Amino acid sequence: MIRFEQVYKRYESQQEALSGLSFELLTGEMAFLTGHSGAGKSTLLKLIALIERSSHGQVIVNNQNLNRLPKWKIPYYRRKIGLVFQEHNLLHDRTVFDNVALPLIIAGENHREIGRRVRAALDKVGLLGKERNLPIALSGGEQQRVGIARAVVNRPPVLLADEPTGNLDPELSREIMHLFEQFNQVGVTVFIASHDQDLINQMPYRHITLQQGKLAENHS
Amino acid sequence: MKLFNIHNYLLRHIQVMLSSLGELWRQPVATMMTLLVIGIALLLPAGLYVILKNVEQVSGEWQHANRISLFLQNDIADKRGQQLAEQLLTWPDINEVSFQSAQQSLNEFREISGLESLLDTLPANPLPAVIIIEPEENQQQEATEALLARLAALPEVDLAQLDMQWLQRLRSINETGQRGITILAILLSLSVLLVIGNTIRLAILNRQTEIRVIKLVGGTNTFVRRPFLYTGMWYGLLGGVLAWITLLISLLIISGPIDELAALYDSQFQLKWYAGQMLFGLPLCGLLLGVMGAWLAVSRHLNAIEPS
Repeated sequence: MIRFEQVYKRYESQQEALSGLSFELLTGEMAFLTGHSGAGKSTLLKLIALIERSSHGQVIVNNQNLNRLPKWKIPYYRRKIGLVFQEHNLLHDRTVFDNVALPLIIAGENHREIGRRVRAALDKVGLLGKERNLPIALSGGEQQRVGIARAVVNRPPVLLADEPTGNLDPELSREIMHLFEQFNQVGVTVFIASHDQDLINQMPYRHITLQQGKLAENHS
Repeated sequence: MKLFNIHNYLLRHIQVMLSSLGELWRQPVATMMTLLVIGIALLLPAGLYVILKNVEQVSGEWQHANRISLFLQNDIADKRGQQLAEQLLTWPDINEVSFQSAQQSLNEFREISGLESLLDTLPANPLPAVIIIEPEENQQQEATEALLARLAALPEVDLAQLDMQWLQRLRSINETGQRGITILAILLSLSVLLVIGNTIRLAILNRQTEIRVIKLVGGTNTFVRRPFLYTGMWYGLLGGVLAWITLLISLLIISGPIDELAALYDSQFQLKWYAGQMLFGLPLCGLLLGVMGAWLAVSRHLNAIEPS
């Protein structure tokens, strides 16, 4: 589903964020991306989400070579990638419902379908009763769950998460991870960047570990 | 399925259109100030246009001042002059003819000039008989000049004079005014464009976070651009309506004195408002300028806002 072939990413400051990275994530797999801060985790996820492009090498997602994807096709590509962030990236002047509905509105879904799918997604993350609230009225864990609902609402085959439990206590973190497992069980490829070793060591998934932009470990 | 999508698409447009109007409504003071700037900028050329059109109408009323004076030879008898006048009336491009004998000319001159004693000392009447001709109305200037040449060639005529220089002057003043207004209209349109562009630029900067999030979840540039274009449209449209209302109020204020002035000059002149024309034109111009200004601002700033 996600394949990196000798990928380099160099920033204008000549700093090399990724160098010669190769790995593959299979369809329906769940894996963790680990490493110290600055090891290149965020950069790697940005390459998959096409927020940035590689300097060298191929990034292939869903049989599509991202180097060859023209700029105008990026939005349509992103609709097939669910993104979850540490900072949630919610719109604070809109209700929970409207936040989760955003990807569907963008995709031009009809009104009834939007209502149905948003409620299904909120139900999945356990926030069905809070659809009329503003994000600010929710706790950190709840806000993160809104972010997850938004990421999965248009049923993307790939779910990427960058430090999704970064600001949460261990109990809430485990709940969030459990949510990701549930999506993985229905066939979604899940790739989570996290430095929370204690938490991810408890879970039976592959670790892809980066060290200074290079692959340090790749094991289950 | 296809039809269904078009339905969603239109619905989405209407939603965005109304929500961008709502956005303006929620900031009444800022919106009103922007609308006033746009309104005044549109009002100025429109108002001048109405004034100019009215001046044209006045000069049209004086069309009959476009007349030819035929000064006859001194040895032509009054009777012959009269005959000639009647004969000229049958020409197709002559509308009206009046004959004034040498004696009548002298009497008139005596009345106007007040030089009675001096005139009495003259041995003979120095003034010629005159035929005053009004050419057919709405005639091209070349045709009038051709008529003038034919009249000048008549053996009885000493001098034929076309009395329209002052009219030409008025027309060229009018022409100058029109050019001036065109330039003013272009410059003020440009300023409307910039005002709307700048307002939209601020709106874009205010919503950077939202734009980033929309792009992250797969929003196209078209999708991001849409609400800003509608905002620009509303600014222009409402500014145009405001300009129209202000124009009517201004015309209402000056119409009283103008009617009085017209009455004093014994003129049939009535101020024309061009209200219908302006009701259509001002909001339309505003709308086009608004969408263009928004488009310029959006295309300049949108690409710079990418998720990072």
